[in-house]
Amino acid sequence: MSDDVKKYNTLSRRGFLKAGAAASVVAATAPSFFIKDAWAAEHNFRNVPKGSSVKFGFNVPQTGAYADEGADELRAFKLAVKHINGEGDSGLMNTMKPLSLKGNGVLGKKVEYVTGDTQTKSDAARASAKRMIEKDGVIMWSGGSSSGVAIAQQSLAQEMGVIFMSGLTHSNDTTGKDKRRYGFRHFFNAHMSGAALGPVLEKEMGKDRRAYHLTADYTWGWTQEESIKNTTEAMGWETVKAVRTPLGAGDFSQYITPVLNSGADVLVLNHYGKDMINSLTQAVQFGLRDKQVNGKDFQIIVPLYSRLMAQGAGENIKGILGTTNWNWSLTDAGSQAFVKSFGKEYGFPPSQAAHTCYVQTLLYANACEMAGTFAPCEVISALEGFKFDGMGNGPTEYRAEDHQCFKEILVMRGNEKPSSQFDLLEVVQQVPRSQVEYDAKIFGGELGSCKV
Amino acid sequence: MYTSIDPSTTKKDTMLLTAFTLVVLTMPLWLAPLGAGYPDLLQKFAIFGIFAVGYNILFGLTGYLSFGHAAFLGVGSYTAVWTFKLLSMNAIPAVILAMIFAGIFAAVIGFFSLRRTGIYFSILTLAFAQMSYNMAYSVLTPITNGETGLRVLQEDPRVLDKLFGVEAQGSPVSSIFGIQMSGYSGFYFCAVMLIIGFYISLKIFRSPFGMKLQAIKSNQTRMEYTGYNPKPYLLTAFVISGMYAGLAGSLMAVTDPLAGAERMQWTASGEVILMTILGGVGTLFGPLLGAGIIKYFENIFSAFNEASLHEVFAFLPDWLENIVVTLTHPFVGEGWHLTLGVLFMLVIIFLPGGIMEGGRRIQAKFSKKAATAKE
Amino acid sequence: MDTILLQLLNGLDKGGAYALIALGLTLVFGTLGVVNFAHGALFMLGAFIAVSVQKLLTISAKVRDESITFFEAYKETPYLELWWGDTGTMIIDMAVPISIIVAIPIMLLIGLIMERGLIRHFYKRDHADQILVTFGLAIVLQEIVKALYGANPIPTPAPDIVSGSAQIGTFLGLSENLVYPWWRLIYLGFSLSIIAAVFAFLHMTTFGMVVRAGMHNREMVGLLGINIEKRFTIIFGLAAVVAGLAGVMYTPILPPDYHIGMDFLVLSFVVVVVGGMGSLGGAVAAGFLLGILQSFASMNEIKSLIPGIDQIIIYLVAVVILLVRPRGLMGKD
Repeated sequence: MSDDVKKYNTLSRRGFLKAGAAASVVAATAPSFFIKDAWAAEHNFRNVPKGSSVKFGFNVPQTGAYADEGADELRAFKLAVKHINGEGDSGLMNTMKPLSLKGNGVLGKKVEYVTGDTQTKSDAARASAKRMIEKDGVIMWSGGSSSGVAIAQQSLAQEMGVIFMSGLTHSNDTTGKDKRRYGFRHFFNAHMSGAALGPVLEKEMGKDRRAYHLTADYTWGWTQEESIKNTTEAMGWETVKAVRTPLGAGDFSQYITPVLNSGADVLVLNHYGKDMINSLTQAVQFGLRDKQVNGKDFQIIVPLYSRLMAQGAGENIKGILGTTNWNWSLTDAGSQAFVKSFGKEYGFPPSQAAHTCYVQTLLYANACEMAGTFAPCEVISALEGFKFDGMGNGPTEYRAEDHQCFKEILVMRGNEKPSSQFDLLEVVQQVPRSQVEYDAKIFGGELGSCKV
Repeated sequence: MYTSIDPSTTKKDTMLLTAFTLVVLTMPLWLAPLGAGYPDLLQKFAIFGIFAVGYNILFGLTGYLSFGHAAFLGVGSYTAVWTFKLLSMNAIPAVILAMIFAGIFAAVIGFFSLRRTGIYFSILTLAFAQMSYNMAYSVLTPITNGETGLRVLQEDPRVLDKLFGVEAQGSPVSSIFGIQMSGYSGFYFCAVMLIIGFYISLKIFRSPFGMKLQAIKSNQTRMEYTGYNPKPYLLTAFVISGMYAGLAGSLMAVTDPLAGAERMQWTASGEVILMTILGGVGTLFGPLLGAGIIKYFENIFSAFNEASLHEVFAFLPDWLENIVVTLTHPFVGEGWHLTLGVLFMLVIIFLPGGIMEGGRRIQAKFSKKAATAKE
Repeated sequence: MDTILLQLLNGLDKGGAYALIALGLTLVFGTLGVVNFAHGALFMLGAFIAVSVQKLLTISAKVRDESITFFEAYKETPYLELWWGDTGTMIIDMAVPISIIVAIPIMLLIGLIMERGLIRHFYKRDHADQILVTFGLAIVLQEIVKALYGANPIPTPAPDIVSGSAQIGTFLGLSENLVYPWWRLIYLGFSLSIIAAVFAFLHMTTFGMVVRAGMHNREMVGLLGINIEKRFTIIFGLAAVVAGLAGVMYTPILPPDYHIGMDFLVLSFVVVVVGGMGSLGGAVAAGFLLGILQSFASMNEIKSLIPGIDQIIIYLVAVVILLVRPRGLMGKD
């Protein structure tokens, strides 16, 4: 049990004694030392690391549809902790530039970690994160596999004054209208997917296409639909229709059949995870890919890909275009170093979720070294505008205005002839940072203050 | 038959309530060794305790199995957050309005659903709740903020706060006249609500009204013959338990100003049913125990990983430690659902009537022993 | 015109799936009086029999991909293909149909074990107890499958010859856009024949007569000296087989994951209750009705009229039916 927890407990004991003595409602809730400001005045910030170690929290989906993705994130976190503590082959610390970490933990303190289950639900994720903060005394937490959950945790981070380094979250809102001073995203977003896909789509399918969207009916789906629509319409495509489908619909036949008669020649599936696996499998069954419309081959696009989705959809993804944040088959030194140490440790290559979680952990630890303190305000300003390289996505910048990383992203295609069980997606293009960059103002939102 | 207010019961109840108050208020102390003595989980214990106690008023007394109570919880949360946004960060109007709205919502759904009994009633409540959930997640996003959940923002109007010149700094946190409702003070607020809620439920159990509800459970037709129309009683019970759910929902928003649609999903209703049955349907304390156990598993068991297991079993010799860790590992962390499933089965197979039944059996054994000792 | 025809087909197809799951559920409730929350888990187990059969058939020889040095990547070739060439490929391709044959005895066995080992001790208990224990069982089964196969859906394609779509429109001389996947047509036919078989079994065999009599008045049948308990065990086994087959057949449409049973659980309860608890005919009718209504409610024309209607139609219809008909479509007091 860390010192902070003990401190909490003594507080509660005192609180209880006082409450018991007064034996009244008011007294039970009134003691002034419960007020956060009084508490904050005592220290500089929440969960000041004491002793020779510092604690990170890894909050990933361990149950529910994204459990496998969560498991892979957890592997990456454990690896990152190892490397930061100077064990193993140091992974990306060999290639990251500039690097302040010394391989002796963070600021000389050994990194320990606690884990939790988000269940891919906002409430559960916040409860789990609060446990990490209130009971285990973490200085930072990370992880996750969905945008709603990431946004919910990020606003908790702001309330609690503990930094959250989000895992896999692709909605524009995370670093757009819902951005927070205490939240950081390394992963790319829907807007960047659109900007990266655009030119490839134009090259492969031409300027004269009619697109039909099926969109998961929640915020992430909407932002992706909007982003893809904006890009494709700008290059001359027509959007025939955009239909919202309920999350977890399972059987999508009633949404797919109208596509047959719509005169559209492209189907865009703004679905993620299970929804995407099901809708793609079923769309292929309806013969959409063998169809000829307007004298052109019918095409399907899945703007956001992941390895698990590729595995789940099997043969159906062959030849289908989409984007990812990163892929293990990249040959730059950073990617190679990461794949090597992950592969040695676990016997298979990391997913993009694992990559982003690993990088986030390293970036946070590195920022603490740079700032020379764990105080969140200083760490945040070390991360803001931080430029680095050698992490697998080329030269990267954590933009100060919205805490979004800008870097190369990948346009991928389902591999027609995989050479191994991991070779499901092939890289079509490494899209340079300049092409996916945008003005931070377009999505609005306020970061808020680092003072809580 | 309907008068149960004899002096000895009243005295017993006072003692019961005093003991209960003590146990609840000391939770931070005695739960700390179990790893559960931190504010968020304590708050959850109290909040879901309220939810389960309220649910038990309907299910435990009348036997009507509602699959839709999560909807009232959700309405309570949304109302509370909207109160924070529009009126004031003070928790009291939020709690009151949440209970009122949840009560109205429950009255409407109850009015229709209670026209049927048994499983038909259950499915009606399920259907209403699922409709609410699906709408809240998608079409009603302007009101609910959909998947992301409804949050309190700094730029919200908060008319009353403006009127009294209260200015929120940083992220707005709910409060009662200056005491912020996060952390331990949040827990004590919830705990007081739980004690009041428990007291009211105790009174209902002992009242003529409660007796009538129980009569509905045992034989509705007979009750009708005696000249009582059960409908108004049922509807009242339904609305009361809906208001408890609304209160629980508002407290979730008070301690953590956010409301998400998933709170209304059928699995959330299922959870409160499981809590009630696991603890013991129709008993006063059973639902509370059930709520505590399920929340404990969800928050503590899910957080164990191999490293923390090794820490727990470090007192064992190394070889034994490794065996024990290997054996327990599938049941913690990502396997906490498995443990919960096994627990449900074991409890219900060996203790029909839930955990409270176990308590009664132990008690019976002891009093038997005492009796034989006297002889 | 073909839009409407297509949606009708979609509705029938969905309805077939709903009816098939609801059939077993209502059979168990009608005969044994048990609310079985583990019924969805039986559906899921069926689906994973198909996954297992496919895994068995595709046990592969692994050839190391030497270009990758950081971990071991393999090019996998199933032994069946190595040994028997095209015949092997064909056998692998037939994984789902083969699973149907495998699933029948396995599901029967699972059903019998479940009834003997657990369910029969709950005949006289409250519905609440039944719900908790079967829900617990469902979670346990689910978690075991998750531990074995992970949480991600697993692709289980239909045989190649039926993987495409039937050109119904061209065949009937209507629009060429009137196409429908072969496997869905097969699924529809399959569910109709299973439903017919169950009805025939209950109405045309002595066994079925006794069971139906037992559904009606259990004590009376017992007094006549008939061992109704044994027959009920068999009925539970039958329900498990029906659920399992529904699961196997659904895998090409919906790549299964460990949670697939839970996803269908609520829906199948709605179908059973709307049909009238314990009424087999009601369950089938409600299944098709809800399936068809759901399909039509999803049409763009209707969605633009009432936004979000496709997400709530099933529950809305359930409410209306239950308020108009107290015991569901075909339920009796």
